Amino acid sequence: MLANGKGAIRIEHVDKVYDAAGAPVQAISDCSLDIRAGEICMIVGPSGCGKTTLLNAVAGFHDITGGSIWLDDEMLCGPGKPQAQPGPDRVVVFQNGALFPWKTNLENVAFGPVVQGRMSKAAAREKARELMAMAGLSGTENSYPGEISSGVRRRVEIVRALMNDPKVLLLDEPFRALDSLTKSVMHEALLEIYYKNKVTIFFITHDLEEAIFLGQRVAIMTTRPCKPKKVLDVDIPHPRDYSVLTSRRFRELMEETVHAVHEEAVKAFEAGEKEM
Amino acid sequence: MSAAAPAAALATGRTRGREGSALARRVRRAVVSVVVFVLLWELGSRLKWPWVGDAPPPSAVLKVWLPLLTDPGYWYSWYQSSRRVLTGFLFAQLIGIPLGLAMATNRVFNDLTFPVFEVLRPIPPLAWVPAAIIFWPTQESSIAFVTFLGAFFVVVINVLGGAKSIDVRYFQSAYSMGATKWDVFRRIILPATLPSIFVGAAVGMGITWEVVVAAEMISGGGGAIQSSAGGGLGFFIWNSYIGFSYPQIVVGMISIGIAGYISSSIIRAVGVVCTPWLRTR
Repeated sequence: MLANGKGAIRIEHVDKVYDAAGAPVQAISDCSLDIRAGEICMIVGPSGCGKTTLLNAVAGFHDITGGSIWLDDEMLCGPGKPQAQPGPDRVVVFQNGALFPWKTNLENVAFGPVVQGRMSKAAAREKARELMAMAGLSGTENSYPGEISSGVRRRVEIVRALMNDPKVLLLDEPFRALDSLTKSVMHEALLEIYYKNKVTIFFITHDLEEAIFLGQRVAIMTTRPCKPKKVLDVDIPHPRDYSVLTSRRFRELMEETVHAVHEEAVKAFEAGEKEM
Repeated sequence: MSAAAPAAALATGRTRGREGSALARRVRRAVVSVVVFVLLWELGSRLKWPWVGDAPPPSAVLKVWLPLLTDPGYWYSWYQSSRRVLTGFLFAQLIGIPLGLAMATNRVFNDLTFPVFEVLRPIPPLAWVPAAIIFWPTQESSIAFVTFLGAFFVVVINVLGGAKSIDVRYFQSAYSMGATKWDVFRRIILPATLPSIFVGAAVGMGITWEVVVAAEMISGGGGAIQSSAGGGLGFFIWNSYIGFSYPQIVVGMISIGIAGYISSSIIRAVGVVCTPWLRTR
């Protein structure tokens, strides 16, 4: 669907300081990360480490206080333009899902092209029906999000994002609320979608296993302020399926990184204790 | 497919049957509840139980009520009160919903209007009656104004609360998919507030009935002299009280109860049609 070579994200020396009630909090400090076009880049870090702040800056939901973020050759935000304009080239899929409960699944999926004025309502629905069928969602078109299981809901939401032909999918712990069995099904479903679309994926998680299974690269973040502590190349070839999880290379990569992640988790935990 | 279809039909048939009997059960319970209430009242009234001992028994009420059912004046009272309720209610929606939405979506507007709104809100509608009579040219318009006030504040508070509690992720994902501010208002804020609009409407409808009856009593029913002359159900009750017709007081009270029940049922029914996604919960 997309030509390769689009959707590279360059994060350069980004700072973000929150000024919460007069006490400045440094959420991100001197964070630099290159995400190649068409790769799955996994961002791993403990809860509250500032990784969602980074995603929100890329999406344009809030500003940064230093550095710059680029999408291909376009500066999204940086000097003179603290906040990126949200847009359909970088669509977000949220942690707990944000399907509009008052729209049917089909109307949800058709939403983007209609509000962008890119397609008529009828054409958008036709395309939505096609994409949903490809993702195995036929039969759920006329249900409301409240009527389907959370796993199916998450799939509808990813299809809704893809309807916009985004260059980048920004996934903020999209499978966090799912049980582990549903999650494993969702991982393969996501990879299947990815192999068809080759969209760049910026995927936030705190689950190291998920990160190594899905990602071409895994960036392990330090906790508050957030910046890459270690970037791991996952040299397991795509396409992957669940047999990867028991492979020797997978275990080796886990061993290589689990210590770094644990260290940050302990730091985050202790920082949390201090705040209390 | 051919094998699955009859099975599915059977399954839905069975569910529908179960739903049907559930409805029948609920109707039966409702009938039992009303019948037991009336029987206890009749019994209490005849045996001179405390509290209900002085009330006219349902049989006496019915004796007064039955001839009234063919009296056009009685129905004119219904019509008058309903008209006033509807007028006040509609104006409350027409002004209250846009105001609530504007306050929820525009911070400057909210800061400018909310303090005044919050000072006026705790004033009971009935406290407005004397002022309304003085300031409005006709009794009719003062009753309508007070009725309007009864629903207005509830409508605004519900719309405001509903629109303000919309999950920020809905806005973010809409903007992320390229929505404009107008899209967000029309496709996110409006539908997301709809359930609260109906809650406000249902509560507001109840209050307009409370208020219209009291306003009719106080203002003399818009100048009517006889209970049947179209002063509304509130005046009907008041006039029955003046005329020592206790069973007729009860007739008036039950009439208002029925009228209120019908109005809120209509709002609920419209609400169910307008918010189909809530049916799944």
